[in-house]
Order: sequence, then C-alpha cells, then structure tokens
Amino acid sequence: MSETADLLDPEASDRTSDRQLIDLDALYRESGIGGMLAGMDRELVGLVPVKTRIREIAALLLVERARRSIGLRAEPPSLHMCFTGNPGTGKTTVARRMAGLLHGLGYIRRDHVVSVTRDDLVGQYIGHTAPKTKEVLKRAMGGVLFIDEAYYLYRPENERDYGQEAIEILLQVMEDNRDDLVVILAGYRDRMEVFFRSNPGMASRIAHHVDFPDYEADELLEIARLLAAGMQYRLAPEAERAMADYILRRMVQPRFANARSIRNALDRARLRQANRLFEARSSAIGATDLLTIAEEDIRRSRVFTQ
Amino acid sequence: MRLTQGQFSFLPDLTDGEITKQVQYALDQGWAVAVEFTNDPHPRNSYWTMWGNPMFDLRDAKGVMMEIDACRAAHPDQYVKVLAFDSSHGFETVRMSYLINRPAEEPGFELLRAEGPGRRIGYTVRSYAAGRPPGERYGRETRHGT
Repeated sequence: MSETADLLDPEASDRTSDRQLIDLDALYRESGIGGMLAGMDRELVGLVPVKTRIREIAALLLVERARRSIGLRAEPPSLHMCFTGNPGTGKTTVARRMAGLLHGLGYIRRDHVVSVTRDDLVGQYIGHTAPKTKEVLKRAMGGVLFIDEAYYLYRPENERDYGQEAIEILLQVMEDNRDDLVVILAGYRDRMEVFFRSNPGMASRIAHHVDFPDYEADELLEIARLLAAGMQYRLAPEAERAMADYILRRMVQPRFANARSIRNALDRARLRQANRLFEARSSAIGATDLLTIAEEDIRRSRVFTQ
Repeated sequence: MRLTQGQFSFLPDLTDGEITKQVQYALDQGWAVAVEFTNDPHPRNSYWTMWGNPMFDLRDAKGVMMEIDACRAAHPDQYVKVLAFDSSHGFETVRMSYLINRPAEEPGFELLRAEGPGRRIGYTVRSYAAGRPPGERYGRETRHGT
C-alpha cells in the first residue's frame, strides 16, 4: 500500500523507481478479449465507429483492472451504455458480444444477456409494475440487461403511465448494484434523445453512448454472403449480382431495416429456391443444387417488379 | 436453545458470502431456489410460508440474495430457510435446505410425557414459543404471515 501511496506523492516519486512492472499484455491475453475483438472484426461487417468505441472501452477496462491490481484506488467504472441506431444495424448482436467482453475482463460474473422491452418491465395496473420490473432485474443480475426501444418506457402524453415507476426502480438498481448489473439501452437516435432529455437521471448514469451508422450497399452484400454461409447456402455469382441490385433498390424503399431486411430477403430466396427445386422434382438433383441460391430466386422478388 | 435443522446444522450460522456460494451452486445445478419462513420451530413442521415464488429462471445468486435480504428484513424474528428443488427425473425433490435466519431468543422445547396403561409412557416435544399465539412468539415478531 505504501508503495502506491509513494507513486502518488511527487516528492517520493524519485525514491520509488517504478518497481512494480505490470504486464498489460499478459492481462490482455489471459482475459481472452483479444480473441473476442478479433472475432468481432471478422464476423461483424462495417460498423467501424462502433468497433473503435468498443476497443476504447475495452482498453479503459483493461487499464482499470491493471490499476486495481497494484492497489490504486478506483471507483468501479460506470458501464451502463446506450446503443442508438436505426433498426437492423446490429445493436443486439453487439450487446451480446459486449457481455462476453465484460465477462472476460471480470466486470460481470456471467456472460448472459437478458433482452427485454417495455412489456416485460411495465405492468398493466397499479402495483403491478414494481414486482414485474424486480423480477426482470433479478433474472438479469450478474450479467447484462438489454432494454430494446427503451424510449417506450417513458410516455409523456400520459402522466399516469406506469413506465415512470419502472424507470425509477431501474435507476435505483443501476446506482446500487453497479457491480452486479450492466444496463444497455437501445433505440432510435432521435427518440432516445427525447427520452434522455425528459429523464436527466437516466442520461447522467449512462457513461457510454455508442452510435450505430447505417450500412453501405457493399457492406450489406457482404452481410448477405455471411448470412448465407451461416445458413449453409451459397450465392451463385449471378445471384450475387442480383443481390447487389436488390440491395440498391431495397435501400430506397420505405421500412428498410438494414441487415434485418437482408436476412428477410434471404429467407424468401430460400423459399423460392425450395419451390423451384420442388417444381422440378422429376429430375434428380445434386448437393450443389441444394445449397446454391440461383439468380432467379432473387430476381423474382417483389422489389424488382415495383 | 439453538435450533438446528437441515443442511449445515452442525456448522455455525452461514455468512452472507457462504450463502451466496451455496445458492450459486444450486443454480448452477439447475435447481429452483426458494425462500420460506415460519415461527413454528417444531422439527416436523413442514408447512413453512413461502416468500414469493420459487426462482426457476435465475442464473446468478444475487437475485436470490435480494429476496433473502427482503425476507429477513420483513421477518427478522422468525426462522428463514433456503430450499433448492431439483426437478430432474428420479429426484423431483428438495436437494438442499438450510436455515439462514433465526430469532434472537429461542426458548427451546418442552418434553411431554403421556402415561398409558401398564406403566407405558409416550413422549413428545412441544416448543415453548408455539404455546403463545402467532405474533407474540418471539419478541418484536411481525404479526402477519404466521
């Protein structure tokens, strides 16, 4: 203890040469976050600002742990986060990886994510909300509580809305159980800003705001490729060009939900592929036919006829 | 007289840290953890009052500890125990059960003899505390939830 006290004392600093050498790299390796960050780079397309922020947060947490290991007193860092972005930009996916990261660094005890929306937290009659919220919080303890579309918790048009009660319980736990629970709020950017403006207590307890940008067309194509590979399908070269066309057309249409739209498009292409194979069932098919999505499976989409 | 029942009855009372570890073990096994309380200390009393529902879907002991703390705060002068129920086929029973709270004063048990025909004697025990109505058994005990 005296050694660390000496470190902070400017006059004593030349007496204590930095005797305690800390192997930050060893800490980094044993926490296993290197693999997780690399996996994130490999498996998540685009999202460069998000990845940069997460790297920064990981570095902060690692250094914080090193400081703590030599006895430098540090308040446990506030880890509550807010993910803003349009639908389908990977907020839930990143939240799951965040839980793995925090678990690897020893800031949460389990790497589970409990994902909830307003319905899970807010009750329907007086006295229903508190037990419901507490139940969810109990389930999330030790891990990450992910609240999707968090702005629905607060309904300014109805002053007797029970959402406010849920927010107050949440705030209490976010403050008292910082070691047990990390809360991640997610939602559209503009609506989250309104939410924070009307709940300053919530805004001040959230340390990290991460903004998820929309995907570019080429990133979406890459996502389509990864998704198809994940489902053990393959896009034929012509199908890939068709997909690129499809993405450009779909992006300007209403209700475009980034990666989620691509996933849905792929699901429908699978449907059409199955149909095509079924129609031609009189002739024998090979393994290649079963796993290849052809150009016509995509070209027949409604997006091309509109 | 210090009441001993269930697991760990031969040990000093568990600390909160020890309870956390035991609860975590039960959760890791996939058992449902429940909290119950009573003011009737008779060893054959199996009807303890449930403190909320058994917790089936928790992963971390902290959630149970919150309920334990709430129960002990509400009933500081009653017996509180933690149960872990194993629902897997072949067991379907309580696998762990231990006391985590006890009244400050435990008056103990009276030994009763009932004489029968031919010098035969039947024995039974009766807790002194249970002789008084619920709510007056242990000092400042709360009246509701007997």
